[in-house]
Amino acid sequence: MSVDTRQRKAERIRHLLETEGDSVHKNTQVFNNGRYESTADLEDYEALKDEARAIKEDAIERLPELVDRVTETIEANGGTVYVADDAADANRYVTEVADGRDVVKSKSMTSEEIEVNESLEASGSDVWETDLAEFVLQVADEAPSHIVAPAIHKSREEIAELFNAYFDPEKPLETAQELTQFAREHLGEKIADADVGMTGANFVTADTGTLALVTSEGNARKCVQATDTHIAVAGVEKLVPRVEDLQPFVELIGRSGTGQDITSYVSLFTPPGDSPTFDGDGELGSGDDREFHLVLIDNGRMEMREDDQLRETLYCIRCSACANSCANFQHVGGHAFGGETYSGGIATGWEAGVHGADSAAEFNDLCTGCSRCVNQCPVKIDIPWINTVVRDRINRGTDGDLDFLVDGLTPDEEPGGVDLQKRLFGNFDTLAKLGSTFAPLSNWVAQTGPARSLLERTLGVDSRRELPAFERESLVEWFENRGPRVDPEEARRQVALYPDAYTNYVRTERGKAAVRVLEALDVRVDVPAAGESGRAPLSQGMVATAQSNAEDVYDSLAPAVAAGHDVVVVEPSDLAMFHREYERLLPEDEYAALKDRSYEVMEYVYGLLENGADLDALPEGDDTRIAYHSHCQQRTLDLEPYTVAVLEDCGFDVTTSDVECCGMAGSFGYKSEYYELSVDVGEALVDQFTTENTADRTVVASGTSCLEQLDALLARRPAHPVRLLDTR
Amino acid sequence: MSAEPIATFESSLDEVGVELVRTSADQFESALTPLLDAPAVGASLPFENVSLPDAVETDPGVEKLEAAKTGVTAAGYGIADYGSVIIQGGPDGEEPASLYADEHVAVVAGSDVLPDMDATFDRLAEDIRSGTGQAIIATGPSATADMGALVKGAHGPVEVTVVLLEDR
Repeated sequence: MSVDTRQRKAERIRHLLETEGDSVHKNTQVFNNGRYESTADLEDYEALKDEARAIKEDAIERLPELVDRVTETIEANGGTVYVADDAADANRYVTEVADGRDVVKSKSMTSEEIEVNESLEASGSDVWETDLAEFVLQVADEAPSHIVAPAIHKSREEIAELFNAYFDPEKPLETAQELTQFAREHLGEKIADADVGMTGANFVTADTGTLALVTSEGNARKCVQATDTHIAVAGVEKLVPRVEDLQPFVELIGRSGTGQDITSYVSLFTPPGDSPTFDGDGELGSGDDREFHLVLIDNGRMEMREDDQLRETLYCIRCSACANSCANFQHVGGHAFGGETYSGGIATGWEAGVHGADSAAEFNDLCTGCSRCVNQCPVKIDIPWINTVVRDRINRGTDGDLDFLVDGLTPDEEPGGVDLQKRLFGNFDTLAKLGSTFAPLSNWVAQTGPARSLLERTLGVDSRRELPAFERESLVEWFENRGPRVDPEEARRQVALYPDAYTNYVRTERGKAAVRVLEALDVRVDVPAAGESGRAPLSQGMVATAQSNAEDVYDSLAPAVAAGHDVVVVEPSDLAMFHREYERLLPEDEYAALKDRSYEVMEYVYGLLENGADLDALPEGDDTRIAYHSHCQQRTLDLEPYTVAVLEDCGFDVTTSDVECCGMAGSFGYKSEYYELSVDVGEALVDQFTTENTADRTVVASGTSCLEQLDALLARRPAHPVRLLDTR
Repeated sequence: MSAEPIATFESSLDEVGVELVRTSADQFESALTPLLDAPAVGASLPFENVSLPDAVETDPGVEKLEAAKTGVTAAGYGIADYGSVIIQGGPDGEEPASLYADEHVAVVAGSDVLPDMDATFDRLAEDIRSGTGQAIIATGPSATADMGALVKGAHGPVEVTVVLLEDR
């Protein structure tokens, strides 16, 4: 990526942070908090997600059969089904049916995907968006910034200004109530006059030809009721086998999306319906002559179905939970995420599938792999993995000519063409090893003006960030010199402490603390010379390198695992590799063996204490006031409570943050194009740790990145929580 | 029908801002009358010995529909867990009458209050297979947050009341 491209990206993000960031942040917080509350009320949340996932897996597997079935059913009911190969094919069909008549639409992202409005208007139809957010965007001539709340980036004041300028009402509109009433009346006339009602569909049942529409405003109902021709546009993946299959989705979709237990209306239309419709004379006439057309859109979906990595995208029910739980999305909104139609979270999969990798490419990096979306997805899609795969494909599709510059630094498995910046961060292990060997000289050189300027120009490492300072003696070397201190015969347990690259070369103090704390609890500790977990290359989309690292790590830890020892991990992002991504990178038995044996360090301390280890061997907390920031991936694995419990058991007074991510996210916050967004996200965490109740607290955080971010943004110096338990 | 789903139904309705009026078939008209703001529209009710008063127009034109303050329709069933009613729209005009007026009054038989979404979908599937062309699971009034704050009454009703026929 060139310096110009980086600057352009940074400017675009800065602009959006300034213009749309506040509205997006406010509104996504409502959805995000609402989802946590609403799903907590569901007794069988996990079971419902499993059920929903199973239905989608089955439906996508049997998709061709379901298409045949729904076609048969709807045609028997008196409607028509058209399977459109692509956007042009769909638009041709829709414009033929509309035939220049006026169209009122309810919200449909799929209709945005095919850009049907432009085609309809070109063929002489008047087209009105009746969903109020879509109506705002139609008037403003802007693109959606969120799949569920497309105008989430606009404040009430901006909408009022827009309407007052565009419609010039007698009395200027001001409140949300006035704006809503005005839009209702304006669109009410359009609905009464229109002949064609166009909707999307959240689900289509193959057995009965029923469309399920999840809405709150009532406009979809009106668009169907008031017109005599109904065109529904839906991606072919919206098919489910039976009406009964709708139940888990109906219970999950509102909760997952806007945080409502259920939206105002879940409409089940089995067209053509027989509700009375508006005839031309102001009467409610018979609805018996309704026409119905279901347009099922392929547009790349059938190919996604054949793609082992992208297939999961088709399970997506477009609830927006992934976008709402994404820290970057919360701060900058969908317009920053690029994409022709879809933006944020799973959108990368959609864009890659329907519009191609180029459309997914530009801001694909905004997914930091924090994994907060993973547990939020009602159909359990591994969204970070899809982002990683797409990133890998984008990397491989790029031609590069500067590889010789970093080849010595980047002994990776990637083809030429991978962006230099990505290769630098992806090979952090090699960099750290060199940095450590030549420390402190390497640290001095790296901090000099000319070096920072060169790093920024060639590799996009932002000069406003302090670089990690490498330790001359690595953790592994320290341990080799020092040796284990607990006799295996007398040990409560035996563990291999995994020396992740940061703990090994940069923050060795937390590794040493972990060793001493475990030993204090009678655990025999070894520190094998295992390399980087693969997290660094994976975050750059360098899947082959990540796999090679994973294999090496497994080889290094295998003797300990085979001997029945446990593996203790300090860095949560590396433990998350062992527990999540290694499933895709290692043979199944190796993955399972390592996953079953590996623990986050504070989780392990908790387990030791629960199983009889002596709490008195650890220091007294004496009500010392602590502010603890868990790590995003650690929270996804549900491992935050162990740190809190151990610290409280020791007598510390603990309060925690609840932001989704610190914003640093490994290399993300170092990249000059994303530095400002990273800091913006980090400020939300800083706000939580500078309140009246937290400003005087000692700050601890589990992740290296979180520590770097907090160190940069807070006046207090944070540390890993295990250091509170270290008597040294 | 045990009392339990009804009690749950009532508290769920309360959570979504919907009032529950309990009555019986012979008291229906006196229970309904205070809920009617003129002009009122509606669709004829399917319950035995229960009918709409004359003040409720059951064959409105577009103009009357759009001017209506109250719309009275039956609801096929209710869902206790969610405080939802299922509006089955057919040729009698349940759909427009429940959608255009400022206030929707939904009349539900006590025996049609189902405990949860599972039971509802069993029944919905059966009804749809036997020809119900339109079923709306409606929960509370229509709403939008698209104009910068939550507003009740977007394209649909601002207010919803459920009248429960305890002896039906």
